[in-house]
Amino acid sequence: MAEEIVIPGWKRWLEGIGDQVGFFVNFFKNVFTGGFEWSEFVRQCYEIGYRSITLVGITAFIMGVVLILQLRPTLVAFGAANMLPRTLSVSFIREIGPVIIAVICAGKISSSIGAELGSMKVTEQLDAMEVSGANPVQYLVVTRILATTIMVPILSIVGDAIGLAGGFLALNIRDSMSFALYFNKVVGAIDFADFLPALVKTIFFGFAIGFVGCYKGFTSNRGTASVGVAANSAVVTASLWIFVIDAIAVQITSLLFYK
Amino acid sequence: MHIEREETVSDAKEKEDKTAKHPASKNEEIVIDIKGLKKSFGEKTVLKNISLQLKRGENIVVLGRSGTGKSVTIQCIVGLLKPDGGSLKVFGQEVADMDEKELKELRLRIGFLFQSGALYDSMTVRENMEFPLTRILKLTDQADIDRRVEEVLTNVGLLEAIDKMPADLSGGMRKRAGLARTLIVNPEIMLYDEPTTGLDPITSREISDLILSIQKKNKTSSLIITHDMECARIVSDRVMIMDNGEYIAQGTFNELHKLNNKAVSAYFTDIS
Repeated sequence: MAEEIVIPGWKRWLEGIGDQVGFFVNFFKNVFTGGFEWSEFVRQCYEIGYRSITLVGITAFIMGVVLILQLRPTLVAFGAANMLPRTLSVSFIREIGPVIIAVICAGKISSSIGAELGSMKVTEQLDAMEVSGANPVQYLVVTRILATTIMVPILSIVGDAIGLAGGFLALNIRDSMSFALYFNKVVGAIDFADFLPALVKTIFFGFAIGFVGCYKGFTSNRGTASVGVAANSAVVTASLWIFVIDAIAVQITSLLFYK
Repeated sequence: MHIEREETVSDAKEKEDKTAKHPASKNEEIVIDIKGLKKSFGEKTVLKNISLQLKRGENIVVLGRSGTGKSVTIQCIVGLLKPDGGSLKVFGQEVADMDEKELKELRLRIGFLFQSGALYDSMTVRENMEFPLTRILKLTDQADIDRRVEEVLTNVGLLEAIDKMPADLSGGMRKRAGLARTLIVNPEIMLYDEPTTGLDPITSREISDLILSIQKKNKTSSLIITHDMECARIVSDRVMIMDNGEYIAQGTFNELHKLNNKAVSAYFTDIS
């Protein structure tokens, strides 16, 4: 009997990187070739965007409430209670909102894409699509990655608004502030340099969430257990990528806007 | 399709076989020509030396134990796997030399029925049927699409399930729906990967009859991988037995049945 060949870990890691680069190139090739699947893209935007609003909204609302309740004692101690809306606004829009919402989306969307494509592979649906002459990358991958790239920034904006509304509610538990005054303070605290970099990084978060989910699903093994592995691995990898992208984005933003 | 148990297509074929040769003998055009095909996965050699010629209008059944490389052979035919050596020509063209566009064009002429049926489970049966029409044949006329979908589903006896999801279908219905989706583009060659596995004997017989009626109606050439001897008896013009990565015997069902060879007769132990 032939001896089993043991591939070293570093070699498997390098092969994995190579596979991902190949998948990335294949995705871009298919974005720019004809036959864009508009109906599937719209369906994915609905599935990924609309069906995530409740989860994103509840999370963002709770974050807004919790942040105000956590910040208040410290700011009151420094006699800066009137800075609460401004502090919440800047921290939520620059950092907390985009990152928390992206991590929530990684858990919901990336895992669901990984599991869906993984189970399609196990049940030979991907092979069936390929041998029929249709293009599974165009139909399944391009539509999902573009849908997450567009919908995650939109979810992030919606989440920011809901989080700030939660902050207003929490502020009025102990103190009293009119909505007009709160709104003015929140909006007045944000400028172009706060909003734009945050929006741009959510586009990359969205791309990473879609890409990782599709890659993990498409390259999963044939067994049924691999569906769970693909879903789990998609969440972990996408979440990790979100923090890596965030760290890079902070450096670039600091260089460009906060000299 | 309505299959009456009193006289099925397969019964008719049995009668016909007594007096006539298989339909392929009238037309000797070779649609699949495999010579010395080899395929390994790592250290494991799956196909050692496979040679096979499928003629137009002929049904070849491939028998063999699990893991002997039957499915690998048909996956090489459609370009899902790349062979390590030998020659594999479909319609006279070497598959390994084809570029992406040529492979896509070839796949339009080949139907592949997967073991599970491989229906797209996020789509209804109707949407499954429409998928190849709109994506591959690029049809846009909805009336024409509806007509083709209803026609193919009527042929496989599944018209009443047109708006059902695959999860709501039985195993046999899923196989028939998978077959209908493959047939809707009128392929010239059909590759069946264990078409009756997991089905009860009556549904298996219905599927076998369906395979036979497709051959007769559309003049398709078929390569059928199966472990079901009743299916092999019904649909085959020629049977090939595969063992350890190569074919060890071939002939008509009756010829192999009578053959005095231990490895071959093992497949026919339950056949009277």
